[in-house]
Amino acid sequence: MEPKAHPTRTTLPGIGTRYDLVTEGGMHISIVAHIDGRRFLGFHDPDDDDNCKDSVPLDEAEAAALAHLLTPAPIQPLHELEIDLITEQLPVSARSPYSGRTLGETQARSRTGASIVAVLRRTDAVPSPTPDFRFATGDILVVVGTREGVDAVADLIAGG
Amino acid sequence: MHDLTALLIELGALLLALGILGRIANRLGFSPIPLYLLAGLAFGHGGLLPLGASEAFVATGAEIGVILLLLLLGLEYTASDLVGTLKTQYVAGIVDFVLNALPGAAVALLLGWGPVAAVALGGVTWISSSGVIAKVLGDLGRLGNRETPVILGILVLEDLAMAVYLPILTALLAGVGLAGGSLTLLISLGTVSIVLFLALRYGRVISRAVSSDNPEMLLLVVLGLTLLVAGIAQQLQVSAAVGAFLVGIALSGEVAKGARNLLSPLRDLFAAVFFVFFGLSTNPADIPPVLGIALLLALVTTATKIATGRFAAKRAGIRPAGRWRTGGTLVARGEFSIVIAGLAVGVEPRLGPLATAYVLILVILGPIAARYTEPLATRLTTYATRLRTTPTTSEVAPSTVGTSDVASSDVAAAEAANSEATT
Repeated sequence: MEPKAHPTRTTLPGIGTRYDLVTEGGMHISIVAHIDGRRFLGFHDPDDDDNCKDSVPLDEAEAAALAHLLTPAPIQPLHELEIDLITEQLPVSARSPYSGRTLGETQARSRTGASIVAVLRRTDAVPSPTPDFRFATGDILVVVGTREGVDAVADLIAGG
Repeated sequence: MHDLTALLIELGALLLALGILGRIANRLGFSPIPLYLLAGLAFGHGGLLPLGASEAFVATGAEIGVILLLLLLGLEYTASDLVGTLKTQYVAGIVDFVLNALPGAAVALLLGWGPVAAVALGGVTWISSSGVIAKVLGDLGRLGNRETPVILGILVLEDLAMAVYLPILTALLAGVGLAGGSLTLLISLGTVSIVLFLALRYGRVISRAVSSDNPEMLLLVVLGLTLLVAGIAQQLQVSAAVGAFLVGIALSGEVAKGARNLLSPLRDLFAAVFFVFFGLSTNPADIPPVLGIALLLALVTTATKIATGRFAAKRAGIRPAGRWRTGGTLVARGEFSIVIAGLAVGVEPRLGPLATAYVLILVILGPIAARYTEPLATRLTTYATRLRTTPTTSEVAPSTVGTSDVASSDVAAAEAANSEATT
C-alpha cells in the first residue's frame, strides 16, 4: 500500500478554487485554479505558514505542461524484445460485445496468442485478471503479444 | 449631420485619451480608475476642455457601465458561494458595516447634509473595491494565502449587501419616507432571497435556456436580458444595477464563463465611460474645499477597515501577521463608492466632489496599504515588545498600541504615496 497524498480544497468566491498540499517533508504548497483557466502555484513561508513566500502564475498551456511533467508515468513501455513483443492499452467501449462478460468468454489467448495481463479501472488496477473476471464499460485492457496478436485482440474486443 | 461629426470627433478623442491613460496606469502598476476620474474632471464643466456634443451619449454610456459592472460581478459568483459565505462570515460582515459605514454617515450628519446623504456617504465609505483588491491579491502573489478566503468573504458579503442597500438608497432618494423605505427594504430582501433560491435550485435550467454555442447569439441574449431586467427593476423602484447583479448570479456554469469572456471588454469600455462621466459632472473647483474632509475620512476609514480585517481574520483563526495583511488588503475603495455617489449626487451637491477626492485617495492608498501594512505592523509590534523589559505577552493590546500602529502605518503609507507621486 503506497502512501496517498490528500490535498485540501477551499473555495475562493469570485476567483476560483484553492488546493493545499503538505508534503511528507513538511513543505506546504498551494495551487489556485482561477476561473479564467490560469493557475497559481504558491510556496508557503516556513516561518509564517499563512503566507506564500513565492508564487508562480501559469497560463493554461504552462499548467498543462507542468502537470504532464509531474504525473508519474503510469506504465513503462516494454522495450521491443527480439521476439517483437509489444504492449498496448485497449479500451472496452459501450459497444463492445464483451462489456459485462468475463475474460474467459473472450478466449483471447487461444484465439490470438496475445495475453490480457492487466485491467485498468478508474478506481484501481487489476493485475493478472482470472478467467472469471468480468469486464465493464470503460475498462482499459493491457495486452501483451505480437503486433498481429494484439491487433486481433483489439478487433475482438471492439466487436469486429 | 454636423452634430454627428462633432460627436464622433469628441468621442474618439475621449476614448483614445482613456486608452493612453490606461496604458500609463498599467505601466505604473495601479488601477486606471483614478486616471479616468481625473480625465473626467479635466473634460468637464469648469475643466480644460468642456465636451458638448457627446455629453448625452456619455451619460447613457455611464448608465450601461454601471449595469455591466454589476452584471459581471454577479457572473463571478455562484449562488452557493454567496449563501455559503453568508452562513460562515455574517458576523464579520456586520462588523464591517458598523465600523466602516458609520464614519461616513457621521461625517455627513456633522456637515449638516441630512439623513439621506448620510445613508449615501455611509455606503461610499463602507464598500471596498472587489476589482482593485482581486487584482492586488494576484499581483502580490497572495492567492494561496490562508487569509485570502477571509478577504474574499468580506467582499462577497459587501456585494450581496449592495443588492439590498441600493434599492433602499434609490427609494430614499426618490423621497419616500421611513414607511416607504421599510417597504422597499422588505421588497428588495424578498427579491434577493427569491433570486438566490431560484439560482440554487434551477440555476442549471436558467443557464441552459440562455445557453448558446454561438458567441454572437450568447452576447445578444445575455446583454438583452440584462438590460431588460435592469429596466424593469428600475421601473419597480429597485435600482437597475441590482437587477443586473441578480441576472449575473442566476447565470452559472459554462454560460457564465462564456458571458464573462464576451462581456468583459464591453464592461471595461462602458465602466471607463462611467468614471469619466462622474468626473465630468464634478466641477474641479469644488474639490479643494472638501479635500481636508476627504483626507480625514480616508485616514479614519483606513483604520476601521484594518480593524475589520483583523477581527475577521482572528475569527478565522489566522495568526497576527495574517490579520494585518487581511486589514491592509481591504483598504481600497473604488468603483462602488463612485456608483453610490453617482446615484446620490442630486441630494447633496458636495457629495460628488467629496466622493471623488475620497476614492482618488483610497484607490491609490489601497494597494500600498495591502503591501506594507503587515511588514510595518510586525516591525512595530516586535519593537514595542522589545521595549518592554518584562516580556509578558507577545500579543500587543490592540486597544492601545494597535491603534497607534494603524495611524503610523497610515502616515507611512501616505508618505510612500507622496514619494511615489513625485518620482
